[in-house]
Amino acid sequence: MYTQAMSVGPQEQAAKVQSAEDAKRLEAFEARVGEGEFVEAKDWMPEHYRKTLVRQISQHAHSEIVGMLPEGNWVTRAPTLKRKAILMAKIQDEGGHGLYLYSAAETLGTSRDQMLEALHSGKAKYSSIFNYPTLNWADIGVIGWLVDGAAIMNQVPLCRCSYAPYARAMIRICREESFHQRQGYESLLVMMQRGTPEQKELVQDAVNRWWWPSLMMFGPHDKDSPNSEQSMRWGIKRISNDDLRQKFVDATIPQAEVLGVTVPDPDLKWNAEREHYDFGAIDWDEFWRVVGGDGPCNRERLATRVKAWDEGEWVREAALAYAKKQATKAQAA
Amino acid sequence: MSPKNEWPLWEVFVRSKAGLDHKHCGSLHAPDAKLALQMAREVYTRRQEGVSIWVVLSSQIVASDPGEKGMYFDPMEDKVYRHPTFYELPDSVNHM
Repeated sequence: MYTQAMSVGPQEQAAKVQSAEDAKRLEAFEARVGEGEFVEAKDWMPEHYRKTLVRQISQHAHSEIVGMLPEGNWVTRAPTLKRKAILMAKIQDEGGHGLYLYSAAETLGTSRDQMLEALHSGKAKYSSIFNYPTLNWADIGVIGWLVDGAAIMNQVPLCRCSYAPYARAMIRICREESFHQRQGYESLLVMMQRGTPEQKELVQDAVNRWWWPSLMMFGPHDKDSPNSEQSMRWGIKRISNDDLRQKFVDATIPQAEVLGVTVPDPDLKWNAEREHYDFGAIDWDEFWRVVGGDGPCNRERLATRVKAWDEGEWVREAALAYAKKQATKAQAA
Repeated sequence: MSPKNEWPLWEVFVRSKAGLDHKHCGSLHAPDAKLALQMAREVYTRRQEGVSIWVVLSSQIVASDPGEKGMYFDPMEDKVYRHPTFYELPDSVNHM
């Protein structure tokens, strides 16, 4: 899963005054990145590039971790053993994705505990999508299909991100993510094709509630996304928010037709001239409210994370104390 | 928890079933080597990616300096005689 947060959040200004040496390095850096070369952890990079990446990668990691909560909500209530096993495998993947991403961010000189501290104190963001509740079983399938679908759309271009450790993590993640999307879609297909009218209704209800939040995952309009230009120039971002969102709508509507569901947008219409779907306006007030911490589940999600961290402290300390004791013993022997 | 209490970072290398060498595949935090191995198995070999795992404390790895990349690896280019293709043999000598 994914964070839309690339262009959301406090934006530091790029360094204003530079030494002559830094200006020369910056020029060389931009030329390298412009030619499509990758940047490795130990290479020189502008401070603002480093900060932007730490923010983006850590928010992405946080999203994977917080994203385990809405789905975890249904593990004990999954309707069949098969669906339960699939759901657990998926949530386990997400834990792994968080781990890859924290590792990638750590190559930039931050530490995982620092990043978690920023998450738990509310300083760091995660994807707004996980602040919506999972109210029925079909929500789990719709999260796979729409939310992971949007994530994949967002993440595939990141496999060519100029920062190599991030790009490598994304390659691994994308490979695993397509399992999530397919299984989600398949579980909805079963409900729509072989289900009772009540089951079909559940699916449509879930689509109605997740459609707009999924579109919000691509972030604000390009015109309201002040950092996009620099991110594009630096090869952190390859395709703009609006272009990705359009691609997602174009790819998803035919899938909805196969499923036999509609999306809750009266303005949705195929535009033969543009060869794209036109779609209605996003409720940006809601988007900013949720990003700002006032969505349906923001408090609950954060509280769950903080509780797990705080109550797990003695276990982490015990593991460390045990490791130290074993190391001392080995040294003495 | 203060950063000094953070579990140390380990680098993970996996050799695939048909692979001849261990390839770096990522890193993770673990309190000791045994748990690092266990976690590497869970995270990096869930889809039959490998049959052998090495874990190494990140702090034990020394890397070359990217700033000196040019100079450090340059001599290769002007020593063409290191490559078999530099040597011409008569056509009658096949497959040497």
